[in-house]
Order: sequence, then structure tokens, then C-alpha cells
Amino acid sequence: MASSAAVPFWRAAGMTYITYSNICANLVRNCLKEPFKEEALSREKVHFSISKWADGKPEKPILRSDTPGV
Amino acid sequence: MLRQASRLLSRSVTAASSKSVTARAFSTELPSTVDSTFVESWKKVAPNMDPPQTPSSFMKPRPSTASSIPTKLTVNFVLPYASELSGKEVDMVIIPATTGQMGVLPGHVPTIAELKPGIMSVHEGTDIKKYFVSSGFAFLHANSVADIIAVEAVPLENIDASQVQKGLADFTQKLASASTDLEKAEAQIGVEVHSAMNAALSG
Repeated sequence: MASSAAVPFWRAAGMTYITYSNICANLVRNCLKEPFKEEALSREKVHFSISKWADGKPEKPILRSDTPGV
Repeated sequence: MLRQASRLLSRSVTAASSKSVTARAFSTELPSTVDSTFVESWKKVAPNMDPPQTPSSFMKPRPSTASSIPTKLTVNFVLPYASELSGKEVDMVIIPATTGQMGVLPGHVPTIAELKPGIMSVHEGTDIKKYFVSSGFAFLHANSVADIIAVEAVPLENIDASQVQKGLADFTQKLASASTDLEKAEAQIGVEVHSAMNAALSG
């Protein structure tokens, strides 16, 4: 029962729907007039810290932040 | 005490599932979800414990489908950061589905539509409100409620035409020079989104 439906080009290239949707949203935000553009780009800011674990202990965390000075 | 409970539970569950697997009712038509034989077996085994709740008992019942088609469409248009329209009664909505511009009137067939970058217009009397939607989904329910969700939706006045032209030229050039599949896909997405914005501004 293999599906023979045509897949969208982005799926065929290995991209997921969420990635596709976020790229589309980003492109639209980049084409806005000021001041809407600034508000919109602030929505894309992320701030998180990742640490891999080895032997039951967390290693050094990696901080990814778009807000400067934090 | 509880060892017996699982035997009694599986007995009543298999009895119910064997007949329900062939004829499934729609969720809007199901009667009350309490299974009396199960509750009785439970009370025999564990009289001091309440019978377990099922997920259905926590759900609000779905609004039933009206027998006659309603005159207005109820639209809920939401974005991740704001609720643009909430329970608004309108005459028609035109959504940019991947299969083309789809007009939604009250009484539309229940549909789930994936949206492509394009214009969504909400028609209320002579009022037409247009948004450019980046992508999303539209859920059209049997009771003439339309739930439209988009990641980014902007009124057309907020789009800068010169940046759209520049982006279109950029991505067309990237598409020509792309090497890997992923680069080609990203450039293709860029071209599609910018062409849609261009068409939206000029059309």
C-alpha cells in the first residue's frame, strides 16, 4: 500500500512542513514596511540553552540567544 | 482485588469493540459515553473506587450540525501571536488553498485545506477585508464554522513593494545557481512566496 501521491517539492528535498512554513513566514516578514517589520522580526527571536548529557551529567550548555546582553 | 478488575475490564471492552469496529458513528452523533455494563462490573470489583473517567467525559459535545444551512459563516482566524477574528459572522471567505482560491460559503462541505502563500479575503456585506497569508490550514466544519490558522498574516497595505521585487530577483537568481536539493527547495520557496506577494499587490 505504498503511497504514490505526488509530494510537494520541499518534502522531496527533505524539508518538513514546519520548516517550510517558517521559511514562508520569515520571507513575508522581511517584506513588510517599517514599523511593522520590526515588530514582526521580534517575533522570530529565540532564546534557549541546550546541554548534551554524557554519563548522567550535563556537559557545558550552549546558549542561543537573539536578545543581546542576556 | 485489582487482578480481577483487569479481566473484567478486558471482557467488557472486547465486547464493545468487536461490534463498534464495523459501524462507527460520527462523533457529533454519539449518545452519552457512559458504558453501564462496565460501570457495573467495576462497582462489583472495586465498590469504593470511582469508575475511571474516559477522555470523552472531559470533552464538550461538538456543536450539532444544523438541519438547515445557516445564513452566515462563523470565522475564527488565528495567528500564533494574536487572534485576528474570533467567532465573526461573515457571508463568505476566500482562502488561498494549495488547490487554488477556494470560496467558502455557509453550509460548505467539511474540508481540511492546506493554504499556500496568497490572499485571504473576508466578505461581510459590501465590506471586503484582505490579508496576505504566508501559509497555514483551514478547517471547515459541518456547522458552518471555519477555523483558519496561519503563521503570518498581514494586511496588504503593510507590504513593501520594492522589497518584494528585490526578493523576487534575489531568489530567482539563487534558484538558477542552486546546487543541492535543499538550496533549490529554499530558492523555489522564495520565488513562490515573492511571486504571490507581487501578484497580491498588483492584482
